[in-house]
Amino acid sequence: MRRFQWTLTRRRALLGIAFISPWLLGFIFLFLIPLIQSVSFSFHKLTMIEGGYELTAVGWQNFKDALLVNPTFNRILTESVIDMIINVPLILFFSLFTATLLNQKFRGRTAARAIFFLPVILASSAITAAEASGLINLIGDANAINELGGAASSFNGDYIIMMLLDLGIPNVFVEYLMEAILRIYDIVSSSGVQIIIFLAALQSIPGSMYEVAKIEGATSYETFWKITFPMVSPLILTNVIYTIIDSFSNSTITRTIYTTAFQSLNFGLSAAMAWLYTLVIAIILIVIGVSVSRRVFYYD
Amino acid sequence: MELQKATARTKRAWLGNGGHRLRSKVQNALWSLFRYGIISGICFVIIYPIIRKIAVAIMDKQDIYNPTIFLIPQNFTLDNIRTAMKVLNYFPTLGNTLVFVTITMLFTTLSCALAGYGFARFHFPGKNILFGLAILTILIPANTLMVPMYLHFRSFDFLGIIHLLTGKEGMNLINTYWPTTISALTANGLKAGLFIYIFRQFFRGLPKEIEESALIDGAGGFKTFFRIMLPNAVPPLITVLLFSFVWQYNDSFYTSLYMSEMNLMPTMVASIAANANTVIQSMLPGGYDPNVKIDPNYIAMIVDTGILLVIVPLLVLYLFVQRYFVESVERSGIVG
Repeated sequence: MRRFQWTLTRRRALLGIAFISPWLLGFIFLFLIPLIQSVSFSFHKLTMIEGGYELTAVGWQNFKDALLVNPTFNRILTESVIDMIINVPLILFFSLFTATLLNQKFRGRTAARAIFFLPVILASSAITAAEASGLINLIGDANAINELGGAASSFNGDYIIMMLLDLGIPNVFVEYLMEAILRIYDIVSSSGVQIIIFLAALQSIPGSMYEVAKIEGATSYETFWKITFPMVSPLILTNVIYTIIDSFSNSTITRTIYTTAFQSLNFGLSAAMAWLYTLVIAIILIVIGVSVSRRVFYYD
Repeated sequence: MELQKATARTKRAWLGNGGHRLRSKVQNALWSLFRYGIISGICFVIIYPIIRKIAVAIMDKQDIYNPTIFLIPQNFTLDNIRTAMKVLNYFPTLGNTLVFVTITMLFTTLSCALAGYGFARFHFPGKNILFGLAILTILIPANTLMVPMYLHFRSFDFLGIIHLLTGKEGMNLINTYWPTTISALTANGLKAGLFIYIFRQFFRGLPKEIEESALIDGAGGFKTFFRIMLPNAVPPLITVLLFSFVWQYNDSFYTSLYMSEMNLMPTMVASIAANANTVIQSMLPGGYDPNVKIDPNYIAMIVDTGILLVIVPLLVLYLFVQRYFVESVERSGIVG
């Protein structure tokens, strides 16, 4: 038998493992094992006892409860997903548009950039919740706020809706447009990181491409669609994924799962809900990932 | 005849050209006008809530019901700020939070840099699968793991060592800094997968020759990393430091999960409305009286002031670092 030798390759491999070992430890003990436990919790009833917990197997009961018994889960899940599906294209469009604007040279660009990225550092679900609670105090109950918020954040949009409908634009588009206008603050405040990413992508496009286009007589519209858009398209996928992940942090579904666990103390049901949600997200991510990555243009 | 034709042609060409130039000039002017319109509009949408909070913070109670006041109050006062500071227990809370956030930030950056470097520059079996798993950690919603994690930290016992040594059931780490610190040290904290990705992308872009020459000069793997690679990785370092600081400061999910009873900004903010009520009741001239109804508008005022106080440290920080914020992301190689 040949003696085991410490070749350079092997030593390098070991060193590599040493470098990632903190992460690997954390991954196994703070991700993998909890993940497996979470699967098992969703099939059990969990009761807290002193110094630990007890599991009783209940089969698919938790999932049945979440989908068929719980009065609000289905509705909240669909609402969250629909909300996300509406927001993602709006955020993408807005951030690409803004990034193109901020990439141009004009007076006061630095200040404008500084302001545009302000929402990145101020995005906090705790603050949003506190603001809402302040408003609730002010008005009385949450329902009133929704109405008030709608009224306060928008000018009277009825005329525009009428006008657009009279023009023969399909109802669906008009609704989407109005939705977009009413959501403007949400959209603006949640697209900071996406703007940064697009801006970075725009700056990595070689200037010579634009020079060639200009010499060949392309209009700026053509330049956008033939050069800018294909060159930033790989980042569209990144941004879609980022936006979807970001929407986890302050959606109603997240809060529902949290309160089910720590207020109703129904840990099994909460785990089942979390897994259903994860499943839905995974399906959306896969569908979007596959369909977008086929159309993406890679320069090199 | 010929001459006339020729001049007419030149004239037409000249005029046409001039017209074109004029048109493009007008177009440019209109475009920049449009651009300023849009940009200032969006800036207003972003800044308005902050301006309104500042206005509320310095507004006196008696101005609440004055309908003629818009933004600029008639009676200035600092009472709101004082009350809100009392409600938030401001300076101790801020101190706690800053210590906690800084520790987490440093550990997260260190562990993620190590992992990112490991993934970028070494070949070992299963590397690609492991990196795929690191990316997977970003994609799984935190809710899925929250119950097992909570239970795990409630009776923390690494591989049963504590049970082996002391015979006890494990430590309760809930309401200490440890859960977050441990997650940060092992590169599994808040959005750590993203940070690992940023570091990996950057280290992959650095030339290999640097390390080779370090190796020839006799530096070991870790020495190379700390003395040569890390000082070269300033852009991703800044990006990760900034983002982990800001996200940790704003995070309410993990803080309320692990540290709900500690004095930290996110937990204080979450209960600010209720606390404001109690504090104002205790400041009544006749002493604390839970039966007195406080004007809800006044409470809303205090809540708004409190929120302003919470975001002020971030705003101050941002004033100094906003330049790096954008530049470093551009150079950190997220874009590939």
